[in-house]
Amino acid sequence: MTFATMLQTMGSGMLKTILLFVLTLLGSIPLGMIVVFLKKSKFKPIAWLTDIYIAIMRGTPLMLQLLVWYFGPYYIFGWSIRGYKFPALLIGFIMNYAAYFAEIYRSGIDSMPVGQYEAAEILGYGKIQTFFRIILPQVIKRILPSVTNEVITLVKDTSLASALAYAEVFSLAKQISASQTSFLPFIVAGVFYFVANYVVAWIMKGIEKSMQYYK
Amino acid sequence: MAEQNLENQENLGKEVLRMTNIHKCFDTLVVLQDINLTVHHGEVVSIIGPSGSGKSTLLRCATFLERIDGGEIEYLSKTAAKTENNGKVSYANKQEMKEIKKYFGLVFQQFNLFPHQSVLQNVMGAPVHVLKRDKKEVEEEARILLQKMGLADKADAYPCNLSGGQQQRVAIARALAMKPEVLFFDEPTSALDPELTIEVLKIIRQLAEEKMTMVIVTHEMSFARAVSNRVIFMDGGVIVEEGDPEDVFGDPQQERTKQFLKSYKD
Repeated sequence: MTFATMLQTMGSGMLKTILLFVLTLLGSIPLGMIVVFLKKSKFKPIAWLTDIYIAIMRGTPLMLQLLVWYFGPYYIFGWSIRGYKFPALLIGFIMNYAAYFAEIYRSGIDSMPVGQYEAAEILGYGKIQTFFRIILPQVIKRILPSVTNEVITLVKDTSLASALAYAEVFSLAKQISASQTSFLPFIVAGVFYFVANYVVAWIMKGIEKSMQYYK
Repeated sequence: MAEQNLENQENLGKEVLRMTNIHKCFDTLVVLQDINLTVHHGEVVSIIGPSGSGKSTLLRCATFLERIDGGEIEYLSKTAAKTENNGKVSYANKQEMKEIKKYFGLVFQQFNLFPHQSVLQNVMGAPVHVLKRDKKEVEEEARILLQKMGLADKADAYPCNLSGGQQQRVAIARALAMKPEVLFFDEPTSALDPELTIEVLKIIRQLAEEKMTMVIVTHEMSFARAVSNRVIFMDGGVIVEEGDPEDVFGDPQQERTKQFLKSYKD
């Protein structure tokens, strides 16, 4: 196998990694917000269930969760899981990361001074307006560093998809390395993750900078 | 502004706020006991008293930031809260409360400006998004208000770049932009040093001259004496003494009032 064909094969894996990464973010960032609302629900059973969900997502390995999401339907219901691999991965990643994002959002929301809510209330802002116009913009600024951390972790965590033998970069690197008895695929994979995270950090820094106009 | 003044003149002497037999407690601690407060159009009422006397809580009850445990609150003869026969306090429904809340504004000790919005956005926000008024019209009024506050050149600045005195003046402009019938001040200068205090007091005095209805909780005794039509001295959750500022400050009748005012002279 030439270096060029190896790169080409791994390139398809990179695309799959990026796809998994992007779709997970698109799903978990908004879902995390919904999870916070459920957690803060005045109807206690919902708040408790949400707490249990977050505890499980944070308290068990993501790799194990992926296996459960993928094989669960077969072992529990006897359903066919043919062609279900990518959806299972997405569900697993999104459910897991939504829990982490929810905790980040919650810490940000809880750090807001009560005076902001009171000022908004006196001015007549409704609850939804207060949240979206007054609270959320400030929360985003506050939590951005934690979100950056989480996103960088996600880039690396996509390699856990190899547990389901999904042909992303890490799986391919392992396969090619074994079949070609070469160390090179690991170097290529490493460079890929490093560059991807460099880009993520650069973008997040840009967003942070754009919010530096106020303290 | 001219329009508003004319309106104020017509309404002069009309009752804006009536609080009757207000009770408030935090758990077992009684903070307000049988408080009666009526404010008329064009009137400036100062509330003085030691820390923990309940004066800030009274404002927070009047502005619905705290729920009362007994009594009645009326704005312009509309009942906002009243004690039912079973002893429980009931508030008006959501729609009525929304209307009633338009009657008052509140200026906080800690300003509570929205830090992510420019000065102009802070002032324009509520008229545009809550009252759904025309943006251009609101901006015009907002700029006039800022000019009045001596902040015409700060419209595009952010609160973090302003001094405390400037921030508090923005907060006053923000409250006035909603054209309230009555404006409450909760120790508006307590977070400011003496120089900055003067610039805020100057603005409040100017509003008093324009017959803006105001209720001011303050520790600035000479200011309260000079600017108000009526002074209320509170201690231990009750109104100890109340009356014309010259009487209360010049010739206090209650021993507690004398004692409190003496501490300011020393």
